[in-house]
Amino acid sequence: MRLLDFVQRLGSISLQILRALGHHATFFAELMKSLPSALRRFFLVVAQIHAIGNYSLVIIVASGMAVGFVLGLQGYYTLSRYGAAESLGLLVALSLVRELGPVVTALLYAGRAGTSLTAEIGLMKAGEQLAAMEMMAVDPKQRVLAPRFVGGIIVMPLLAAMFSAVGIFGGYIVGVLLIGIDAGQFWSQMQNGVHVFDDVGNGIVKSFVFGVACTFVALYQGYEAQATPEGVAQATTRTVVISSLAILLLDFVLTALMFSSL
Amino acid sequence: MGKRGIETLVGAFVLLGFLAIVFLALKAANLASFTTGDTYRVTARFDNIGGLKVRAPVKSAGVTVGRVVSISLDTKTYQGLVTLELERRFEFPKDTSAKILTAGLLGDQYLGLEPGGDDKMLADGETIKMTQSAVVLENLIGQFLYNKAAESGDAKK
Repeated sequence: MRLLDFVQRLGSISLQILRALGHHATFFAELMKSLPSALRRFFLVVAQIHAIGNYSLVIIVASGMAVGFVLGLQGYYTLSRYGAAESLGLLVALSLVRELGPVVTALLYAGRAGTSLTAEIGLMKAGEQLAAMEMMAVDPKQRVLAPRFVGGIIVMPLLAAMFSAVGIFGGYIVGVLLIGIDAGQFWSQMQNGVHVFDDVGNGIVKSFVFGVACTFVALYQGYEAQATPEGVAQATTRTVVISSLAILLLDFVLTALMFSSL
Repeated sequence: MGKRGIETLVGAFVLLGFLAIVFLALKAANLASFTTGDTYRVTARFDNIGGLKVRAPVKSAGVTVGRVVSISLDTKTYQGLVTLELERRFEFPKDTSAKILTAGLLGDQYLGLEPGGDDKMLADGETIKMTQSAVVLENLIGQFLYNKAAESGDAKK
């Protein structure tokens, strides 16, 4: 009898997972269908880029600078043991462009912008604004979700590129200005080792994928949140948890696909 | 804030983002020196390519004239088959020799070309005949120890 219980539980959990996956998939498909209307009224997207992008700028630049400083100090500490301190530029640039730039930006984005998207949409739902829109024959997916989705996808690669650029500048400040590595060596080693399409290009592709994943999770959680204060709070928490896990998992998969042959 | 204000701010944001991408492409990754111009390919066989990697520079007199585009094993002669892509504006005589060299003591390996004296120039798809393999540190040390041992043996006699 206990065995039967176990089998039943297993079946119930599997069905739940399948149902959630199917729900995500249909939601994604509907979101895709409503994208063209977002592009027609582009000012809505612009307003979202302003809300998501411009306000994330400070935290991205500050974090990028801090990460660049730390990479500079820590990289110098390790590299100088092998007499390869001049490679610091290469180490800083490759770590940022390939991994840290896209990943840390996406994690910060999930915390800074993803939560605000979820909370905003969740509260719209709790305040029955979404239902009111439907009453007026306005599709909330087209009017509310699609512009945010497009905005998020546009913003993420730009933020990641800024993060990497500021981080490299931070590494330059620590490595060249404070520690005193030769500036020419710093840049030339970096330029010899960093490949435009393999490294910079793949980094941008990564952050684009993270942009899709993060924004989708945030919108889905907000739209499907229970229309109560607790429901919105839980949805916001889930956004951060699911986005972060998705970013780290996707990053591993993408890194394995992109860089494993090197 | 009006529509104009928001649009201006977003424009500035997007501009910053593209500036960052341009910075990464030009300053960090050196897109400018990328050889997009006319190139030709020649091959060379080496007994041992050491640590030569794809995309390693090909230099003549210290000047970068091309890149290594592929490395494979010739299964007939069991030699490393290296394909080089050279810029069209740099032409080399047919009896040019290729060496695998190392930048610094432990640095990256690159391919050095030493021009010969032939009147005819290397054309696309041709092979560099004279090659010199990479110096393998272990062999070098082994040879040195062997010579030392032979010397001390001679001194005792």
